[in-house]
Amino acid sequence: MTTFSELRRLSRQDLSGKPPVRVALVGDSATQLLAVALRGEAARNGVNIELYEAEYDQVEPELLVQTSELHRFGASYVVLFQSTAHLLDAYDRMPHDERNKLAEWRLSQVEQFLQSTPATLIVMNYPERDDAVYGSHASKVDYSFIYQLRLLNLGLMDMARHNDRLQIVDLCLIQAEIGRSHMLDTAVSVSTDMQLSIDILPVVARRTLEIVWAMQGRFHKCLIMDLDNTLWGGEVGELGWQGIDLGRGLGIGKVFVGIQHWERKLRQQGVILAVVSKNDDNRAREPFLHHPDMVLRMDDIAVFVANWNSKAENIRLVQRILNIGYDAMVFLDDSPFERNLVRQQLPEVCVPELPEDPAEYMNTLSSLNLFETTAVSNADTARTRQYQQEAKRMESSLTFSNETEYLRSLQMTCQVDSLTDYNCPRVAQLTQRSNQFNLRTVRYTETQLRELDQDADAFIRTFTLADRFGASGLIGVLIAKRQPDGLFIDSWLMSCRVLKRGVEHFMLNVLVELARECGCNSIVGEYLPSPKNGMVSSLYPSLGFKQTGVEGRYRLDVQTFEPITCYINRQ
Amino acid sequence: MNREEIIDRLTDIFQDVLDRDDISLTDQTTAQDIEEWDSLSHVQLIVAIERQFGIRFTSREIMMWQNVGQMTDSLMQKLN
Repeated sequence: MTTFSELRRLSRQDLSGKPPVRVALVGDSATQLLAVALRGEAARNGVNIELYEAEYDQVEPELLVQTSELHRFGASYVVLFQSTAHLLDAYDRMPHDERNKLAEWRLSQVEQFLQSTPATLIVMNYPERDDAVYGSHASKVDYSFIYQLRLLNLGLMDMARHNDRLQIVDLCLIQAEIGRSHMLDTAVSVSTDMQLSIDILPVVARRTLEIVWAMQGRFHKCLIMDLDNTLWGGEVGELGWQGIDLGRGLGIGKVFVGIQHWERKLRQQGVILAVVSKNDDNRAREPFLHHPDMVLRMDDIAVFVANWNSKAENIRLVQRILNIGYDAMVFLDDSPFERNLVRQQLPEVCVPELPEDPAEYMNTLSSLNLFETTAVSNADTARTRQYQQEAKRMESSLTFSNETEYLRSLQMTCQVDSLTDYNCPRVAQLTQRSNQFNLRTVRYTETQLRELDQDADAFIRTFTLADRFGASGLIGVLIAKRQPDGLFIDSWLMSCRVLKRGVEHFMLNVLVELARECGCNSIVGEYLPSPKNGMVSSLYPSLGFKQTGVEGRYRLDVQTFEPITCYINRQ
Repeated sequence: MNREEIIDRLTDIFQDVLDRDDISLTDQTTAQDIEEWDSLSHVQLIVAIERQFGIRFTSREIMMWQNVGQMTDSLMQKLN
């Protein structure tokens, strides 16, 4: 774990050449050291953070007054830290018969803060403490402090469930894990009003910014697992599937059941699971097929690679099939030797250090918070199947003499829709997750999409692809805006699962039709470079767009446009 | 531990926390004498000193010190 001193040194790094992330920090107590930790943690991640630090205890004036400096700063993210100590102070000052309204009062404040800013509001919840007035009876008294505090924490979660601009940093859970004496330095808090100890600041900064990274599309999408002593105890090659340590009886076997449950829940949440193991393929599959205590089954695994090649080589193979960045991958292996080898050869892959005792695996893994996410949607559960189909497609594409023949053989059909209640979560998720085939990398929340859809000059089109191997689901989004000089492509993005199938040609044909329908003679496209979207840097010229006077802007003449040949039928 | 040893170790801590090798402390040194010694780094100094010497200061002590000499007095009292 990074220490505060390290973060303080890192915070002085100059990363001003990189695109900035604008964050504002406001609190009811002294937050200067939290600001240092946030700067340092951003630098540790190679991110240029532009941080606005509000003055001491200026939460309401900064957030509720529209002309405040915080609003003029124009942050994308506002971090709000209100402490339990000051909440207790407010509670103490309330008339006794109003104390049962403490949570309600604070929640309505947060609601107001949300309405006053277009930014994402990242709120720290409240670490628990009791005021020692009611003893255990506090649980039965709705106006006790602890009752109201818990109501407040639950209320924040409820509010966040219904508002995608509200995100919670769970300080309460952090305190439960590390203890109050580490969370708060009482002597320092009294003399300086710093309500977080120096030791916990790096954890709080990391958890806060992990939410920001996830909202920007930087998060782990795939978990690659070793088998022997990672998914079960012992070596299946030696012991046979009947002999491995796995199951609910005595001993270490139940630990692996717990780990597998975690992995399956991740899969259900949308994380892709893959296996990379040094084993004979058929021996490695046997536990998945026959062992009664296996939680994970072959259906859960998108890509299964068991052979005697090096792990790094096999991870490269997984990467080619899934088509996601190495930095979106986590690799779990019990062997320090294999871990180091993968770290050396694929430094972008996250390879967590595991403790020697498997009983400790889950504690370590949960403290690392490897799978931050900001949106889950119903399409996720279908994705594993889609990747399995993709692996089959890769195999079949090897047997065709040319690409056209292969594309024809896929018998692709594509459905084009506007925004609906059903597809909205998936569209928002795609705008947040897609990094590579994404021309302008504009991120949208569901609320923003629904608002945009009300605009008569804005057009949202979604593309849902299927072929003879199965459904790929909603894989492409176009957002266009009618402007005086033509139809402007605000967003064009596509899932990397369907690259090299001519989907972009199909999408352009649809877009030109749309331009004609709404009376635009030209289409204007823009490429905004990001660290990851290099693959589409020359998409527009390759599709026949002409350069305009403005760098990165292109124009297509709709009247002379001939539809591009593609092998996808519109459904 | 005598005064001199304590001031020596304090000097190391100050140099480390404030990232300056040229700090030398005496009983009379105050926050005015060292540019980097502000209310923020003061908190870091306290935590680092507590850890180094294995003691805890009270909130009264944290606010009371006028100079390094008084800081050393508190430490002498706790250590001996």
